[in-house]
Order: sequence, then structure tokens, then C-alpha cells
Amino acid sequence: MKLDEVPQDPNSSYGGHSKLLYAVDEQGRYCGTQSAGWEPESYSTQLAVAQLEEQEAQALTEWRSGQASPLKCLMYRYRLDEPALAQVTGFWQWRIRRHFRPAIYRRLSAGQLTRYAEAFGLDVAELIRYQQELPR
Amino acid sequence: MSTFQHRQSAHCESGVMANLLTHAGLPMSEPMAFGLSSGLAFAYLPIVKLGGMPLIAYRMPPKHIIKTLSKRLGARLHTATFRQPEQGRLALDRALAEGRLTGLQSSVFWLPYFPPEMRFHFNAHNLLAYGRDGDDYLLSDPVFEEPVRCAGADLQKARFAKGALAAKGLMYWVEDVPAEQDWDRLVRQSLVSTSRILDGMPLPWIGIRGIRHLAAQIRRLDPAQTKYNRLYLTHIVRMQEEIGTGGAGFRFMYASFLQESGALLGDPALNDMAAQLTRIGDDWRQFASACVRQSRNKQGDSDFNAIAGMLESIAVQERELVRRLADWARR
Repeated sequence: MKLDEVPQDPNSSYGGHSKLLYAVDEQGRYCGTQSAGWEPESYSTQLAVAQLEEQEAQALTEWRSGQASPLKCLMYRYRLDEPALAQVTGFWQWRIRRHFRPAIYRRLSAGQLTRYAEAFGLDVAELIRYQQELPR
Repeated sequence: MSTFQHRQSAHCESGVMANLLTHAGLPMSEPMAFGLSSGLAFAYLPIVKLGGMPLIAYRMPPKHIIKTLSKRLGARLHTATFRQPEQGRLALDRALAEGRLTGLQSSVFWLPYFPPEMRFHFNAHNLLAYGRDGDDYLLSDPVFEEPVRCAGADLQKARFAKGALAAKGLMYWVEDVPAEQDWDRLVRQSLVSTSRILDGMPLPWIGIRGIRHLAAQIRRLDPAQTKYNRLYLTHIVRMQEEIGTGGAGFRFMYASFLQESGALLGDPALNDMAAQLTRIGDDWRQFASACVRQSRNKQGDSDFNAIAGMLESIAVQERELVRRLADWARR
């Protein structure tokens, strides 16, 4: 990649930052140079984010209608999936899937909910409250 | 710690090591840190899943650069992990009070200064802490243009995030590093191991065989699964470009290392190989563009064969280059 080919595509996923790429100058010498973004790359990032948001929205609908516990929605909101949540909380994946059932969720102990609260960076009181009420 | 100079890098681990060594008295660029530790690789691991997608890596696993580089340079590296998060916090405060430049491993997701789109659960992000200001830690995150600040509670959460590759509060610093190095031996040694990693593993997922394996997987994609195919192809692009590789999956950074070594040792052959790798890197960029073009294509007329063909051509070129590297290193 030549220095004048280094992409500077705005509206990227860097949040206004630039990152360093390595490129060659006219004489073929390498140097580090800043790039404001590359369109194919931000497309890829946005697609991945959109996928998670779509899963979250669907889980939120299920939560509101009482078909799923809040854990499923929160899992996607905090960019986790079942294997990742299992690693963070230390629960087996089948237990996590079981906890997605609202009736099971309502019976979880404060200790179990604390493990989820830590994974999401939430206050455990919030998860306890969700055992009684649905989101607005 | 007034003498510390923040320097932006493409990749977190090589950047942290380059800045640590420079600070400890052995001036080193990021490409040199990356190349001398033989960081370049390719791996396609279908068993390890990231968000339902196979792990695709263009470099050696986390901590490889830190360990290999300090071993090869004969640097004494102090490292510590903690079972109790509180002890980790105290140890960091103590190190900073002693004026040490301290490397930290942390999770990207819990660092609030990252833009929201970039905050994924990746626990092996490296950064440097160089001071404290009240409750804020002064950090030199190598992928950012400028030093950043981070509240104590957030940094604590990031250092002790659980899950895959959990950092357990890992902190490290360079005690000392010999200023005199045998650069010729170091470069040769690193090229030999890179050539072994890329073209000498008896596994079909590593190195050039891994690239071919990925090509075969792309060829086998089912055109009917439009949504999966889009996510799959863009996942490759993200692993190649988004996560701080210096462009085209570390190939440009490694080429820069070859060029710098050529100048250091006065050997034009290395410069020549750098130019060859630059062309391969350009092909990787073309491949990424083609993946995204295919994902955008709403009609669904898919041409996975063409994309796989690009990869196979890259594999042929990389094999040729790796043979040259190995020949040069054993000369």
C-alpha cells in the first residue's frame, strides 16, 4: 500500500479517532501513517454490531411478552453470546439457556444473579427487580 | 515519569513492547518488536468460536510477543497476576509510585475511552500505565493517537474481567535490557521461526495450509445462506483489518520490519523481500474488498470461487516468500 492509497474514509467506526497503518512512500520506504477509516472495514464492523442489535431487539420483545427472561436480552446488549457468557459467569451453557425461561429466572438466588450482574456490569438489585416486573 | 513518550502503534502488544523497551534504553520501533518476536502467522481455528464464527488470526496468540521478545533480547521482565483484584490495584499503585512504566493486560469492552462500536469482549488488550492523577489513571494505550485517562473503577473492571483469555490483572515491566544486541543473529533467528510457523506445521489450519483451508471453506459456502455468508466474509475482514493490524493482517508491518532489518544489516536482499511482501499485502487488501463487495451484493449471485481463488493465489505467493526468508536466514 502506498502512502497516497491509505484510505481516509470518514463516517467510520473509529469514533473520530485515527489508527496507524504502515505504508510505503514514493521511494518504497515504509512509514507509519494515520488512517481515518476504511469503508469496507467499517461496513464489516457495522454489520457485526447490527447483528447483535437485532438479536437484542428480538430478545427484548420476548422479555416484554414474557416469553424469555431478561438475561437473553442483556446478554446481547452487553455483546456476549452463550459461550462467552458461560465463560464469564462460570455457568454451563445449558444452565444459562434454562435461566432464559422466565419461570426459572424468577427462582434464581441472589448469589446466582450476582454472577450475571458482574458479567453485565450491572447492580444486582436491578436483576432482582426484573424477577418481579417487566421492562417499561 | 516525565521522560516517557507516548507513541501510537498499529497493534497493542507490539506497540507496548516497543515503547517499554525504548523507555528501558533499547530504542525499538513497533515493526522491529513485531518481527523480532516472530509475531506473523495465519491460523484458522474452527473449534474456537467468536460470536459463532471460527477464530481467524493473522498473528501469534496473545502474550507471544511479550514472552518471545524479552527472551530473545535477554531482557528481564517482571510479571505478576493476582487472585485478589484488590491486591492487583495496590500493586499497580505501588509500581506507579515508584515511577515504573507498567504494562497491563485488560479487556477492551470495559475501557470507556474506546468508541462504542469497537467495544467487544477481547480480554487480551495491552496498554501502558505511566501515572496517576487523583482517581484517574494516566494510560498510554498504543492504538490511540494521544495518551488517555481512565477512572480507577473502570480500569479495575477491565483488568479483572473474566472469560476467555482473562488477564487476572496481569501487569509487567522491563527490569533491564542489554543495550548491545547481535542484530544479525536476532533477525536470522526470527526469520527461521516465522518460516516454520507459516510453512512447516503439520496441521491444516496453521500458516499457508491455513490460508488454503480458509479458501476451501469459502468455496464451500452455500449460496442460499445469504445472511450467514455476509457475516462470515465480513468476519474475515474484521480479523484482518479492524483489530489493529497495521493493515492487511500484519503483512505491511512485517514488510516494514524486513526493510528496517535490511537497512540495519546492510543487506539489500531483505529490502527486496519487503517489497514482495508489500505486494502480497496489497492482494490481501483486494481480497478484503472483494469479500465486502460480495456481502453487499443483494442479488445473491455469488462468486465464491473467485474470492477463494484470490486467497489461493496469496497462499502461493506467501509460500514463495517464506522459502526465500528461510533460505536467507540459513545462509
